[in-house]
Formats: sequence, structure tokens, C-alpha cells
Amino acid sequence: MPRRVAIVGTGHSKFGVRSDASIPELAWEAISEAMKEAGIEGRDIDLVVMGNVGGWSSEPLPAIVSLEYAGLEGKPVYRVEAACATGSAAIKAARDAIASGDADIALVFGVEKMNESPTPTVVEFIGRAGNYFWEFENFGLTFPGYYALYATAYMSKYGATEEDMCMVSVKNHYYASHNPKAQFPRKIDVESCMGSRYVAWPLKLLDSSPITDGAAAVVLASEDVASKLTDSPVWIEAIGAASDTSNLSKRAQFTSLRAARLAVEQAYKRAGIERERAASEFDLAEVHDCFTIAEIMAYEDLGFARPGEGYMLAREEQTYIGGLIPVNLSGGLKAKGHPLAATGVSMAVDIVRQLHGRVEKGRQAPIKRGRAIAHNIGGTGHYAYVTIYSSSKPR
Amino acid sequence: MSAPIVWRFKESKQRLVGGRCDSCGRAFYPLTYGCPYCGARSVKEFVLPREGKIVSYSIVYSTTDAARFETPIVLALVDLGVARVIAEITDIDPSEVSEDMKVEAVLRKVREEGESGVIVYALKFRPLLVDGD
Repeated sequence: MPRRVAIVGTGHSKFGVRSDASIPELAWEAISEAMKEAGIEGRDIDLVVMGNVGGWSSEPLPAIVSLEYAGLEGKPVYRVEAACATGSAAIKAARDAIASGDADIALVFGVEKMNESPTPTVVEFIGRAGNYFWEFENFGLTFPGYYALYATAYMSKYGATEEDMCMVSVKNHYYASHNPKAQFPRKIDVESCMGSRYVAWPLKLLDSSPITDGAAAVVLASEDVASKLTDSPVWIEAIGAASDTSNLSKRAQFTSLRAARLAVEQAYKRAGIERERAASEFDLAEVHDCFTIAEIMAYEDLGFARPGEGYMLAREEQTYIGGLIPVNLSGGLKAKGHPLAATGVSMAVDIVRQLHGRVEKGRQAPIKRGRAIAHNIGGTGHYAYVTIYSSSKPR
Repeated sequence: MSAPIVWRFKESKQRLVGGRCDSCGRAFYPLTYGCPYCGARSVKEFVLPREGKIVSYSIVYSTTDAARFETPIVLALVDLGVARVIAEITDIDPSEVSEDMKVEAVLRKVREEGESGVIVYALKFRPLLVDGD
């Protein structure tokens, strides 16, 4: 019987262009805050799981460098990679270790310094993420290009517009304006989004998440230990994970991400949630809005809207606080920023603080059910992780 | 890109040779020896049709020298009937591309990797000429 696992501490660095901090310094901003919140010392930690995609940054062994800086040398540690879903994969690895009885307290942190390379290098690196041999070199397909194929197919099939996609960006910037840790803590309007330049038609600059440096950390603990450390643990109720083909040419559908649907199905089954009622089961959701179309598809893949109706939630502002279900109250990848490996951990940090009712005024969701969901995608639906967090102890 | 891999994949990459699964009968591109649909390993090489129609597309304005030196590039998901491919659409003004447009495969040079490097060719698709145009 697997053991229950809870988050007992959270930490989050400022996201942005962080030329002022190295990888270990950035990681420490998040790690030190998470350890302090959890009330633990280095000696209490049994396992460290580190997320970093890397390639653009200077340190090839960022886990080791970060642990030495944090005074945690000697701990068992490994680095996890699942593209933009790395953070969620790292949480799953630590959760699994505690659930199995291998560890009682685990530290998870994700850190990325994307600005250590020039922008064209970063764009190339992300563009190669998919299938370099068949799609990048052959066809010149960039990462925004991948999602643009989805956006075009979605708009054509369901009648969504570029304005609808911009509505997602406007909402996420609105909430980022209340989040001091966000890369872009400022509002935008539909006109400025519509007027921004095309990156890969129909996706524009303001439909796209930025290149970001940042770190986030959580401390996980087994049930027995969690109850000693805190009276407000947030439990990892269920995780669903899946993957899909590297070549987009082999995918059947371009209006939905299959890996996301599979991961959602697993997570809902494990938590006993009916897909049709999903929106009423959570106080909020953090979803993967690397491009605005991705958030619209997420509404449908999570069951918040029926297929083809996700864009209506954006158009009718149903994913603001007070609507059907608040989504990306952190500002999302779009406006909070998207340091690849930190993103999944950042979602967990923000959800825990939301469920505790302790985020900034203006972006705090009313907490009634004590339950929230994180939807974290790697690549263009190449990886998917869906994690359900709850203030109540799972069955 | 090294010369050996370009040579090994020349038929698949330059002549639209994909795979077809003996078990479920589905075709796909590019060729792999595990079927992406049913998981069977009984895949045989299969020459795909050279004509198809555009299912979805994007006009990429921002890329890097590693992929292309010039933009915009028109990229499309092309339905060949039995399988789909992702490819660049060439010989077209980006404002003229549309869904359901009929296209045909052509071999084009993509880039030269320096004085003594590989000359990279790839299949692109161009609008199909029909009588009366």
C-alpha cells in the first residue's frame, strides 16, 4: 500500500531575466524559502530531486553545484528531464520515493537559466525539441510553429478567433500584475496583443510565453512526518502522466493533446473525479499556457469545456475568479514566465499558497473545496503531467 | 548533420518512403520499425503518394539560422490520404496558402553546411497545377 505524501514547504524565486544570479544562487532563493517554511534543516532531507532542462546554461551538472551551494552535499540526488513538464516529473519522482517508503522527506527543486545563451540559440534549442532530424532541419519547424499548426486547425474547425486567444493572454497578464514574482507583472489589453508581431501565424508575440530564468522548490513529506511538521499539509492526491509521438505527422488530432487527455483520465480515475463535473471539483487550476491556444485546449482536455467550446470560456471570461473555474491566477507561463524545469514546481508552489489562502490580494481564489489541479505539458504534448492537490487527506 | 545519417535516410527523406504496418494496415511518415498506432514491429517500407492537401498550416516569421536563413516560411500538415506529413510549402506567396489547397511533393535544396559539409535536400510541397489555371 503506497504511503500518502504531502507538500510541507514551498519556495519561489523572482522570475525574469536574472543576470544577477547564477544557477545555484537562483536555486537557493527557492530552496531556502521552502526549507524555512517546512521548518527543516539539511540533515532532515533523505532525497533531493532536481529538475533542469539545460543546454543553454553554463553548468552541465546543476544538481551537484546547487546542492554544494545550499550546504546539502552528500545527499542522494538526481536530475530529471521531461522538457517543459520537468518540474512535475521531478515532483512525481520524489512522491514515488516517499510513497514507496524509500524516503520520509524529499526536496524537489526546478531551476532554469535560459538567458545564459543568446536568444537565437535558445530559439534553436527549443525548436529542436520535438524531432530534430525529421522536423526541425527538414522543415524549419520552430516550437511556436508546432503550436501554430494546432491553433490553425482549432480555429478552422471550431470558429475561434485570434481575439479569443488574446483574451487568454490578457487574463494571465491581469493576474500576473498582482504577482510580484512574475516576469511581466503588468496588464495588457486585447488591442496590444492583436497588434503584436506574428511569431508563427496565427500566434503572435503576446500569445507566447517568454524566455525566463527562475527557480521553485517544494518539500515533500510522508504522512507521519508531515503531521509533525505542519497542521496545513497539502496532499498530492493523484498524478496522471503520459506521452505522445515526437513526430507531429503521426498524430491523429490537432485540436487537442492526446498525452494530456490520457494523463487527465488517469488522474481523475485515481481521485474519483468525473470528467463532466471536473470544473466544479476544483477551486482553481494552473494550466500549461506556453501559447494561448494551449490554455484553450487545456480547458477541453481537462473537461472544463466540451470539445470545441474551450475558446468560449476565454471569450466569456469564465476562467477569471468568479467564473466557472479560475485558471492561472499566478499569471501562467505567459506572464509569470516559463523557466522550463521550474514551471511544474512553480505550479505546485502557487497552488499550495492558494489553498492556504495566502497569495496576494487580487489573485486569491475563494477556497471552498480545498482542491486544485496542475496541468503541465512538455514539448507540444510530447509529455503530459496532471497533478491533483488537496487540503483534505486522500482516501 | 553528418553525411552517414543523410545517406542512410536518403530514400525516406528524399523520396517519401514511409512505413506501413502489416498488423493494423496503417501507413505513417517518417519510417520507424515500430507501428505508432498498434505497437506491432511488423512494419514494411511503403512509398507514399506524392500529392495531397493542406490540413493545417502556419507562417513562421521567426526562426534561426540553424533551420532557415530567410523567413517567412510556410509550414503545413499535408494529408496524403493514407498518411500525413509535415513539410514546408514552397513556390507560394504566404498570403495565398489555404486549407484544402492541393499540393505535390518536390525535392529542393535546403542548405549547404559550409565548403565541405553536407548539402541538405528535403522534400517540400508546392501548389498543384491543374488544367485551366
